[in-house]
Order: sequence, then structure tokens, then C-alpha cells
Amino acid sequence: MQECRLAAFDLACRRGDRVLFRGLSLALGAGAALHITGANGIGKSSLIRILAGLAPAYAGSVTSEGGIGLVDERPALDPHLPLGRALDFWRAFDRAGTDATELLGLTNLLDVPVRYLSTGQRKRAALARLVAQAVPLWLLDEPLNGLDVSAVALVEELVAAHCAGGGIAVVASHQPIALPALVALDLAVLAP
Amino acid sequence: MMGRLLLMLRRDLALLLLGGRRGGAVLPLLFFLAVAMLFPFAVGPDAPLLARTGGGVIWVAALLAAILPLDRLIEPDLELGMFDQWALRGISEEAIVAVRVLAHWLSFGPPLMLAALPAAGLLGLDGERLRLVELGLLLGTPGLAALGVMVAALTAGLRGGAALGGLLVIPLAVPLLVFGAGSLAVGGESGLAFTGAVSLVLLAITPFAAGAAIRNARG
Repeated sequence: MQECRLAAFDLACRRGDRVLFRGLSLALGAGAALHITGANGIGKSSLIRILAGLAPAYAGSVTSEGGIGLVDERPALDPHLPLGRALDFWRAFDRAGTDATELLGLTNLLDVPVRYLSTGQRKRAALARLVAQAVPLWLLDEPLNGLDVSAVALVEELVAAHCAGGGIAVVASHQPIALPALVALDLAVLAP
Repeated sequence: MMGRLLLMLRRDLALLLLGGRRGGAVLPLLFFLAVAMLFPFAVGPDAPLLARTGGGVIWVAALLAAILPLDRLIEPDLELGMFDQWALRGISEEAIVAVRVLAHWLSFGPPLMLAALPAAGLLGLDGERLRLVELGLLLGTPGLAALGVMVAALTAGLRGGAALGGLLVIPLAVPLLVFGAGSLAVGGESGLAFTGAVSLVLLAITPFAAGAAIRNARG
């Protein structure tokens, strides 16, 4: 796994004319897992997008080393294509990583068009895309939404293995997630 | 990098030509032919009048046909989160837009030029006028494609974006129409040269304008 690091200094996030949180600093090294918790609308997803560099921070700075992978509520898989071909697009694009479709129990869904998949199946497909991307920095926005009990265990196992291999995982979720060496960050503490 | 852009071009083409579930490149083409077919019914069987105005009709029909796929150009990928994933992989929005302009042009420019042949027959254009129309379309449709992608990016995510997009394209396409169709009236090669120039300007600014719009819409 390539060298990785994720640090944020004195972040603040504003939505409209409301400041969601401020003074957020964090530093994550290889193997770290961070669980961002907090009520709906407190800025978990916004924080994930700021850390990914997809949205500007209202104040503060983010530095990262290593490739970033993101799983959020949008699977980024063509809805009209069979799942296998939709995943193939990203596999050809990334040209790296392992095939996690079997591990995630997607083998018998590969010829089903993505739009027919359920929420949980879509989530697992997005995770398969993430694994195939082979990047050290995982940003997961509500990765457990719509997953059944066994799938939750599967995802916990997957993320734990990723961290054990020297990767970093940032999980924003209102649901509990069991990971070794998990650090929790409650955004409510940082609300102004 | 080239390999990745080719992959994107292939995906864009498959999406625009076959259309997924939103209707492919056939619909604008049929629309174009339908307009060319309706016009003689509306103005009557006056052959000289048809031949004189037919070139302009083909141009207007081409412009309207280019508007039809606007809502499929940027918005679906924005909703899917494709642009986020590309950004994380270090692909600039400008490159994505340039690829998309090429794909959009390939999906409607050459088919439209082919369809202009039967349309010219329906309108009774002679060989010389047909040559000017085809040359004008060759030079003008890349500009129309660029304009379409730019407006699609600017209106992506807005409520009623598709209708607004159509409204925005029409005035911005006036220079193309004036020079493209104008080359028929005066029989001038200068009109064709101006059409090409307008297309080049649109092709040059679109990646940057549309790229900035996409980054902003992503926020």
C-alpha cells in the first residue's frame, strides 16, 4: 500500500448562511479509522466532501497524501448497464486492485441492470468499485445505509482489512460500526 | 491518460448514440427530417420558393435537433456522481468536457449531414445549394455541439434546466445560423469561413466555461 496521510487543520464548514462546525482538526496516519458521528444535517457528508477536496472549506485547510476513494449515496454506476459492465468501466479506468464482487456477494447480480438493484445491493456495488480502485484513503459516507446484518459485518471486515493493510478509513455514519482502533469524532461538539 | 480519455469517449458515445433509456441519436434525426418534411406542406408546392428557402429551413431544423439531447449531456452524470469520481482520479473537468463535445458532435453532426441529403430532396435544393448546406453543416455543427455542452453544463441541476437550456441555446446560436444559412443567400465562401470561425471560438471556450460550471454545480 502506498504512503498515506490525511490531515485537516482548523476546518469550518458553512451551508447557506449557517456555520455547521468549526475548529475541526485531525491527523490520520496509516492504519487509522475515524468514525464521524452526529445527528442528521450536522455536516457529516459536507465534511467528507471537504476532506475529498470536492467542496471548498469555509475556513481551514486539508492536506492528504495518497489516492482518495469515495463512496457516498450515489453509486457512479451507469443505471441502464448490467452491474458487471458498469463495474468494468471503472476497472478498465483504474487498471488496479482486486475484484471484490464475490466477497461482497454480487456474483449473481452481475448481469442485472444497476437500476434494478436495491439500495443495499447498490451500496455493495459501490464498495466493489472502491476496492478495485486500490487507493489507501477511503472516505465512506453512510456506507451501512440499506445493508442487512450480514452485509454490515462484511463491510466492517472489509474496512478492517483495509486499515490493517496500512490504509486509512473515514466513516461518516449515524449507525454504529465496529472496527478495531476506531476513533470517534462527534460533530455536535464542534457546532458553534 | 489517453487511454482513460478513450474509455470516456467510448462510454459517452454509447450513451449518446444508443441513449441508455433516454432515447438515442435517432430521435433528433427523425425530428430533423420531420421538420424538413413539414415545411413544403406548410408553404405549398412552389418549387422556386422552396429551393430558395430550403437551405435556411435545414439550418433551423439542425439547430432545433441539436437542442433535443441537451438534458442528457451533463446532468445525468452529475446526478450519478461520475464527475466526483473523475475528479478524485485527477481528471480535469475541462478534459471531460472536451471529450463530451467530441462525442456529442459525433452522435449528431455526421448523422445530420447524412439526413440533409433526403431533406434537400424533399425541399428541392439543387446540387450547388446542397454542397453549401453540407459544407456549412460540417463547419457549423461542431460549434452547435460545443454550445450544447456548455449550456447543458450551465443549466445542470437547475429546476427546469432542460427547457431553460433550449431557450439559452437559441440566441447564442444566432451567429452560426446567420453565417451558415447566410452563405446560401449570397453564395459566398466567406459565410462558410465565418461559420467555421464561430465554431472555433465556441470549441475553444466551452471546456473552460463548462468545466467551471460543473465544478460549481458540484459544490
